[in-house]
Amino acid sequence: MSGSIQDTFFEECEELLEATDEGLTAIEGGDHDPEVVNAVFRAVHSIKGGAGAFGLDELVAFAHRFETVFDEVRANRLDLDEKLIQLLLRSCDHLCDLVATARDGGETDQAHHDVLIEALDKYIPEEEEDLTFEPMGLGGAFEPASLDLPESDEPAGEETYNIRFHPLKDMYSTGNEPFFLFQALSELGQLEVTLDDTELPGFDGIDTSESYLAWNLTLVSSEPRAKIEAVFEFVEGLCELSIEGDGDAEADAKALAALEAAFGGAPEMPAPSNEPVQATAEPTEETSAAPFEPPAPAPESEVPSAAVEAKASSPKAETAKSEQRGPKPTLRVDLERVDRLINAVGELIINHSMLAQQIANLNVPDVRDVETELEGFKNLARDIQEGVMSIRAQPVKPLFQRMARIVREASSATGKTCKLVTDGENTEVDKTVIERLSDPLTHILRNAVDHGIEKPEDRQSAGKAKLGEIKLTASHRSGSVCIEIKDDGAGVNRSRVKQIAIDKGLIPENADLTDSEIDNLLFLPGFSTAKEISNLSGRGVGMDVVKNAVAGLGGRINISSTPGKGSTFTIILPLTLAVMDGMVVSVADQTMVVPITSIVETMRGSDDMINNLGADGTLLSIRGNFVPICDVASALGLRKEDNDQPPGVYLLVETETGQRSALAVDDIHDQRQVVIKSLDGVCGEIPGVAAATILGDGKIAMILDPESILAAAPSAAAFDTERRMSNAIAS
Amino acid sequence: MKTKVLAIDDSRTIRNLLAATLEEAGFEYVSAVDGREGVDMYEDVAPDVVITDINMPNLDGFGVIEELRGDGINSKVPILVLTTESAPEMKARARDAGATGWITKPFDDASLIFALKRVTGAAA
Repeated sequence: MSGSIQDTFFEECEELLEATDEGLTAIEGGDHDPEVVNAVFRAVHSIKGGAGAFGLDELVAFAHRFETVFDEVRANRLDLDEKLIQLLLRSCDHLCDLVATARDGGETDQAHHDVLIEALDKYIPEEEEDLTFEPMGLGGAFEPASLDLPESDEPAGEETYNIRFHPLKDMYSTGNEPFFLFQALSELGQLEVTLDDTELPGFDGIDTSESYLAWNLTLVSSEPRAKIEAVFEFVEGLCELSIEGDGDAEADAKALAALEAAFGGAPEMPAPSNEPVQATAEPTEETSAAPFEPPAPAPESEVPSAAVEAKASSPKAETAKSEQRGPKPTLRVDLERVDRLINAVGELIINHSMLAQQIANLNVPDVRDVETELEGFKNLARDIQEGVMSIRAQPVKPLFQRMARIVREASSATGKTCKLVTDGENTEVDKTVIERLSDPLTHILRNAVDHGIEKPEDRQSAGKAKLGEIKLTASHRSGSVCIEIKDDGAGVNRSRVKQIAIDKGLIPENADLTDSEIDNLLFLPGFSTAKEISNLSGRGVGMDVVKNAVAGLGGRINISSTPGKGSTFTIILPLTLAVMDGMVVSVADQTMVVPITSIVETMRGSDDMINNLGADGTLLSIRGNFVPICDVASALGLRKEDNDQPPGVYLLVETETGQRSALAVDDIHDQRQVVIKSLDGVCGEIPGVAAATILGDGKIAMILDPESILAAAPSAAAFDTERRMSNAIAS
Repeated sequence: MKTKVLAIDDSRTIRNLLAATLEEAGFEYVSAVDGREGVDMYEDVAPDVVITDINMPNLDGFGVIEELRGDGINSKVPILVLTTESAPEMKARARDAGATGWITKPFDDASLIFALKRVTGAAA
């Protein structure tokens, strides 16, 4: 089997699993429309069919059970009660796992597998239960392997078979042609065909819809008997057939009986010619098959092959047409190709910058025309870039659907009741971002159920609805994607969080922290609030892993919490991972780029705007508000502290907690699109630096991460803002 | 002349597999994504043999056989059912509707070609 066909199978599986999940979710929501049930059935069925083709037996066996239960539902023999729906949802999850295992290797949870199979089997009626799926079907009559396996009761040498073949009239209406059967037989050995037209009535007595002809065949063949029987497989029940080997009539009878059994009961065989047929009177030259429908081919090869010719020369049809019809034409493209295109677009943008720089360096007096064209170039490059990005963009819907399942599992594991409400499912996000968001979101949601949502009885006594609610929202917010996870649970237990942080030595005992700072302690490495590690959210990983995963996508995460009302996690992600709008600045003689999305305002500072605060801090006064200043050069270790040349320009940035700081840089040059080049694997993670880019002059510039610069410069970090500001105002 | 096969299956994987197998074996291959489309395109395509799945949206395999054999189209070409189903009553139903043969998925290339040759007499 070709690998690429298998790849498309897995791609198709993704869609089918999505359809299954969507259908089940609809059913869970009370939509028991037969068409929804059918759609789920077909999706699982198609997975089974495809999996069988690639010998994925475990997947086939599980899908088969799943499908069988669904077939019962479809036939209205099973009630879709809550328990069954939950089982089906869990089975769907497991099916996803099995597909993933089949694709990526690894192991599935065997115990879980067995539990689900057992549970599903309870819904499968007795007679179905015995019907284990046979990968080769139909007793393997078609199996070419039988060629290699000498049948034990079959002599190796040639044998003569006497075959009596009398088609019933029904056979002709099923597209079967006796001649083709003979042709297949002749491939097995020496075949002699004799037409028996003794049943043919007189010309007047002919009923054109009847079948009067029979054939006696003699085949000398060394092939096993099964091969001969296989030839007649499709016409079983549509003809009278007897195959007699050299004197071994009993074995024949047995084999035939077995074959009939395989077809589920013996077909109605008319009593073999115990009523003498009137036709015997005139077995004349009327053997010409002309009056019959369909024409019985003469046992000579010329005639039927001509018939085949005639059929084959039927009008041409456009072969390609079929695949183009369908609800919504889509094109499946290898992700690698899209990524190549994205790289090329990135280079194009760099190339544009270089070109612009070269032209500027030419010192030609009038370059207006060139600049106009260059501007056009830039716009086109941006169009291409956006177009390519939109290819990679996908709605978050499937991701959110998976999350519904996570909440389900977490609820049942913790004995809590809650539902997931989603909004903005059609928000489109880069495919890679979606893929890499799955783990952090899973973790946050499990945490929300495990630690956020209270037990039903506690909720009631707190005057809340018994059913907890977690809201998962996606939206676009000025060039970024915002994912919000909001629960209506108890909120962060701040005194406990603080105590744990102290106990674990994460903060000093006398630390004076704001509420927001305490909430954000959750993201510190090594922090876990669960008293005992529950098997649900606690797997030795904490929220710090979530934070790192989000940071790895160039995003940020923040928590806000109201005691008794719940917590909200906000994840802000860049729309794309490849290109962004940046402000080009200079810092201590180096050119750097600050993401536009994090800049609120820029301004040139004057001395009277700067207020010194203690020995190490300065505040910028903006329209009566005080904002801590962070000198970027100092924070990155590029400026000696004593070199007291004040930077002239301030970039007002807002952290995701809503606190503002002013980044001090030497100068602002330009605002432009830059191509993000990851530093991963080049020089590791540098605090304060998110990535690098290539500028128009071919030089490399660092892309700054304002958030981590502020964190690395504690003197002005957002961490301290509130307190310092209140102090400053008080003084 | 190549023997023309019209394959009706809603699974892209199966269609891909059939395309690869049949084209390699020298058949001309045309496909439809569901029963309705298969029946609609039947007369244009004028295949020498039809392969159809059973479980499909819009029109299932039984429907395909019934419509093809029915008075409207009155097809006489062999129709092979290719499905994971193997229940005897289903086979009986397909046969009653006029199917020529039944192949249980997963199929292997050799047996599929063997079956096609047997019902069409194709030299492929």
